[in-house]
Amino acid sequence: MRLLTHNMLSCNIKGVTNGFPLRLEVEKFVEKEVEFNSDFLKNMFVKIEWKALVNAARSMGYEELPEEADSSMLDSDEFLKKFHHALLELHLEEGALICPETGRRFPVNKGIPNMLLHEDEV
Amino acid sequence: MWYLCVFFHRLLDYRRAEVEALADLFGAFQEEEDGNHSLEWKLPEHHHPDCPFHFVNLPSEQIASNIAKRSILVKGIYELWGEGSSYEELEEAIKNYPDDQKVPYLTSESTFRIIVDSFGKALSFQEQNERIQKFAYIPFKGRVNLKNPDHKFWVMETDDYGSSNGLPPVVEKRIFFGREIGAADRKLLPTYQLKSRKYLGPTAMDAEMAFLMANQALAAPGKLVYDPFVGTGSILIAAAHFGAMTMGADIDIRVVRDGRGPDCNVWSNFKQYGLQMPISLLRADNNLPPWRSGLKEVFDAIICDPPYGVRAGGRKSGGRKLLKGVIGPYTVPDDKRIDHIPSTAPYSLAECVHDLLDLAAQMLIMGGRLVFFYPVLREDGSTEPYFPEHPCFTLVAVSEQILSFRYSRYLLTMVKTGLYTKEIAEKAKKMHLDFKENHLKWLEEGNLHSAVFSPADCQTDGPGEFKSNNDLKPKYRGKYV
Repeated sequence: MRLLTHNMLSCNIKGVTNGFPLRLEVEKFVEKEVEFNSDFLKNMFVKIEWKALVNAARSMGYEELPEEADSSMLDSDEFLKKFHHALLELHLEEGALICPETGRRFPVNKGIPNMLLHEDEV
Repeated sequence: MWYLCVFFHRLLDYRRAEVEALADLFGAFQEEEDGNHSLEWKLPEHHHPDCPFHFVNLPSEQIASNIAKRSILVKGIYELWGEGSSYEELEEAIKNYPDDQKVPYLTSESTFRIIVDSFGKALSFQEQNERIQKFAYIPFKGRVNLKNPDHKFWVMETDDYGSSNGLPPVVEKRIFFGREIGAADRKLLPTYQLKSRKYLGPTAMDAEMAFLMANQALAAPGKLVYDPFVGTGSILIAAAHFGAMTMGADIDIRVVRDGRGPDCNVWSNFKQYGLQMPISLLRADNNLPPWRSGLKEVFDAIICDPPYGVRAGGRKSGGRKLLKGVIGPYTVPDDKRIDHIPSTAPYSLAECVHDLLDLAAQMLIMGGRLVFFYPVLREDGSTEPYFPEHPCFTLVAVSEQILSFRYSRYLLTMVKTGLYTKEIAEKAKKMHLDFKENHLKWLEEGNLHSAVFSPADCQTDGPGEFKSNNDLKPKYRGKYV
């Protein structure tokens, strides 16, 4: 699971209002090289919750992202490369996503987050 | 400018729709001020709309070439030099075609070849040669190169068809002569054919259809395409082939996570063709999508083949007995929460399509496309099928594929033309609860499986009536293949 996915997901248990961002529990992570596409990054930048991305990257041991970011920084290649790396190249392979409100654990195995709810959470 | 567009005699309903979509992708409508997004079409005189020969008005040769090369169903797009009902008439027409259009392609530095083709009958090698000889009156100065010519010229005859393939007979034979501008790369299809794909499921999308869907969705580099019923990834593979970033979800974790082992799963399918891996695969329920609130307009297109309960049924969260009311709500004990396998309930088509439209309305960018299959029973005879509607979407293409005597599936292409407002979100939420409360009612209403598979005599009063209903629909070979 890449951090782009993490940035889009929340806990959707019935009644939960602050299900985002999910906390990362990292057992194993990998880095995989991905083709760089600056147009895609620029499109995505406005959709991203920056703070959640910074914290998620940090829990995977990547500290290079600036605390704050705005669209003027998209002109910098250096920034784009860091953004690209954090968003697309860091993968959570084994671990879990933890709901900040209820502590519900959504397991991540073989890189696939399991977001299905139990019967009593629907 | 008008071009001759010749199609493969397949998937008849999908052909013009594909060209229209690709015209949009390659910017044919950029200069239209009134927001008009459709092409002008004409048919040769006395020809039936299902025949392979069509004329289409396109803004430039570059766009025509781009469309033809990217398409799956266009046999070729041609600059027409002449047409006629006989070779004498054709000669007349070619001679009258302006020289300044012809001369640049007849020069001594360029190579060329002439290809003879016919629709509805086969021509022997000798017959083809005789026809080529007739064009001696065109002042070709270049050399012939059969393998790799600079310019390809096509002679196409529409002889005799009607007798052999079920199309209404042509009143008048027609011969076309034109210069090829572009043609589909059908080599894609054997490369991607399902029988050589490693990981397959029972409802994997046929490669040709998957490419058509990706074309309807305008898949292209830099775009993000989502499939909420990803299965083995057969639709996303086509989108990835055209350079799009892909993302998929499925409720069945065995399919998205495990596949049939480390070298036979959704990832390995992408690897097999050297495609960019999906951005994300996850297990999620389309009925209760896990996207954070406030997330909107992220996908450029959503393409899918929803489970409609004929070959595979949909599932959603919540136990079957729970939703039926047979058992009351219960709590999973804490010590059993880890590794608990949540039960799921059948997911009716009506609810599934409602959820899909609502998700798409929220998650697609403005102008983004939703492309999906929708099943329709054919017993209803001549009545126009009803398609799902949504205030945010405009239906731009409808293409039927007849699957059996009983039912067809329609590929629907919708463009997001309205913003997803609070009111629409409220309404969707109410509908969501309504579906949950009346779970059983919806399941019964949308039961396609029994309509498609039950014995014929239960369906109608007598076999005679059944037959007459069905005759209302045309039954060409091309509609089936």
